[in-house]
Amino acid sequence: MTATSGPGLSLMMENLGLGVMMEVPTVVVNIQRGGPSTGLPTLTAQGDIMQVKWGSHGPYEIIALSPSSPQEAFDLTIRCFNLAEKYRVPVILLASETVGHSAGKVVVPPEDEIELINRKKPTVPPEKYLPYRPDEDLVPPMASAGEGYAVCTTGLTHNEKGYPDVSAEVQEKLVRRLNEKIRKHMDEIVDVKEENMEDARIAVVSYGQVSRPAKRAVEMAREEGIKAGSIRLVTIWPFAKNVIRKWAKQVELFIVPELNYGQIYLEVKREVAGNSETVLVPRMGGELITPQEIYREIKKVSKNEP
Amino acid sequence: MNRKTTRRKKPHPPQELHPMDQWLRSERMPHIWCAGCGIGPTLYAWVRALDTVGIDKDKVVYVSGIGCCGRGSGYLDVDGFHTTHGRAIPFATGIKLVKPDLCVNVISGDGDIFSIGGNHFIHACRRNVDLLVICTNNFIYGMTGGQLAATTPVGDYSTTTPYGNIEPPFNTPYLADASGAVYVARWTSIHARLLEKSITEALRMKGFRYIEVLSPCPVNYGRRNKLREVDDIAKWFWQSSVIKHGANTKEVQIEKGKPIILGNFVKREKKRSYYDELKKVEEKVKMAAEAKK
Repeated sequence: MTATSGPGLSLMMENLGLGVMMEVPTVVVNIQRGGPSTGLPTLTAQGDIMQVKWGSHGPYEIIALSPSSPQEAFDLTIRCFNLAEKYRVPVILLASETVGHSAGKVVVPPEDEIELINRKKPTVPPEKYLPYRPDEDLVPPMASAGEGYAVCTTGLTHNEKGYPDVSAEVQEKLVRRLNEKIRKHMDEIVDVKEENMEDARIAVVSYGQVSRPAKRAVEMAREEGIKAGSIRLVTIWPFAKNVIRKWAKQVELFIVPELNYGQIYLEVKREVAGNSETVLVPRMGGELITPQEIYREIKKVSKNEP
Repeated sequence: MNRKTTRRKKPHPPQELHPMDQWLRSERMPHIWCAGCGIGPTLYAWVRALDTVGIDKDKVVYVSGIGCCGRGSGYLDVDGFHTTHGRAIPFATGIKLVKPDLCVNVISGDGDIFSIGGNHFIHACRRNVDLLVICTNNFIYGMTGGQLAATTPVGDYSTTTPYGNIEPPFNTPYLADASGAVYVARWTSIHARLLEKSITEALRMKGFRYIEVLSPCPVNYGRRNKLREVDDIAKWFWQSSVIKHGANTKEVQIEKGKPIILGNFVKREKKRSYYDELKKVEEKVKMAAEAKK
């Protein structure tokens, strides 16, 4: 596990790719601050959403979770470890500075009540062990150094033995598997919290700290009798596309408030696929989005309704 | 077309195994290194030294970065980590701290260890991380086509210095010495036995140990520097080298036309490695936690 903020994450991109390729269970905590570059040390933002997904070169799938409070930061960090161990992939805890610096009550459960998942270990003797032969779940068991398995691992395209094999066939098979092992388990990984969605015609899609003003804005709208609901993405990557697709059939307008100039907004818009409107409520960082700002956006649209 | 079958011929199966064959992933042969390259002899000296010291093969870790030498970790039948460019030392540090009973070795090139990874090298020296670092210095970025490195002698030609190098190179034993390495030596890949002896000595020590191995690269260094033939660089090493154990590392800079100073330069005692210091901190944390209770 390592922790960083903004520019530090940029420096880690090369090794994030290595983590994906070598399938190393890794947890990276990124407390987002305003960018680009040195930007806003250390004021809040949510600008690294796309970077964690696309920042290292090559096609890859990765997992990212976003907490909205100190308690969630604790709970989700444990989940980050479990996901990293289970799928042998780098997992990123994408918090904003607001969450990173906020103080709040945290309940730490007794150790034996915390669910912990560890990586699969090889069950065969060294001479039969193939470090990159996956099981049915597409995740290979992992031997460590010093256990007699003569682990061979590389950032190069490699075959099941872990040996470099830079051919199109091996690349095709390996990279497909690295992506599919995450895509195949979308339902297990994706965590979304929905509120007031049953009859909602307007949905506020938010994540991290912004989900708190979003929740309040929805409550304010409901008090006015406006059919608004809230979709909160706890899992940022892989993106909860099935959830958005499902609600796009009912919801007429998606409002996406975020502390950047439109990142998750693009994903939402893509999955809505023209079935409804999608509106971005951006803020470049440094300050929070208030419930009133989101509420105003809800109000603007609901006025136009027949 | 399958490139692999057209470009690589399988060698005849050997009648009898070489004594060091147990260290090798024979199925991966032939290797990618060119004729005249010094990486093979260096690895041979290293495995012989491991054999002499009698280190359990399962406890040997080989971490490399990127470059020709980086490929070595995949050719030897030990735990091998082929990592990112310049970052072999941080990965090795991590392995050593988590599994202190392992014999962790970094064998990588000069581009890897002293150009992109220079910072990691000096800090690992300073911390006295318990590692053996062997740098095969071929004065050039070999794999990528012969670009200038931080070790290219002044005046030499490379693909990025077609009018001659104007940058003074690192004197790497001096750098290691000044940064606090406990063992510093320089040999060449043609001084096979002396190199082996030096590695044996280093393997028996604890702390951050550094051996520079001057290594011929006829293809991407020699070709542009009037050392084109396969054995030209080896001849240069042989004719110019002077063995001077305990030499002042300040005075061992490699300059064209001057003698190349080889030898075991530094051997110093340091009581504790980075791991030992960390253990002490762990004790302090435990005691503080006890006191709280």
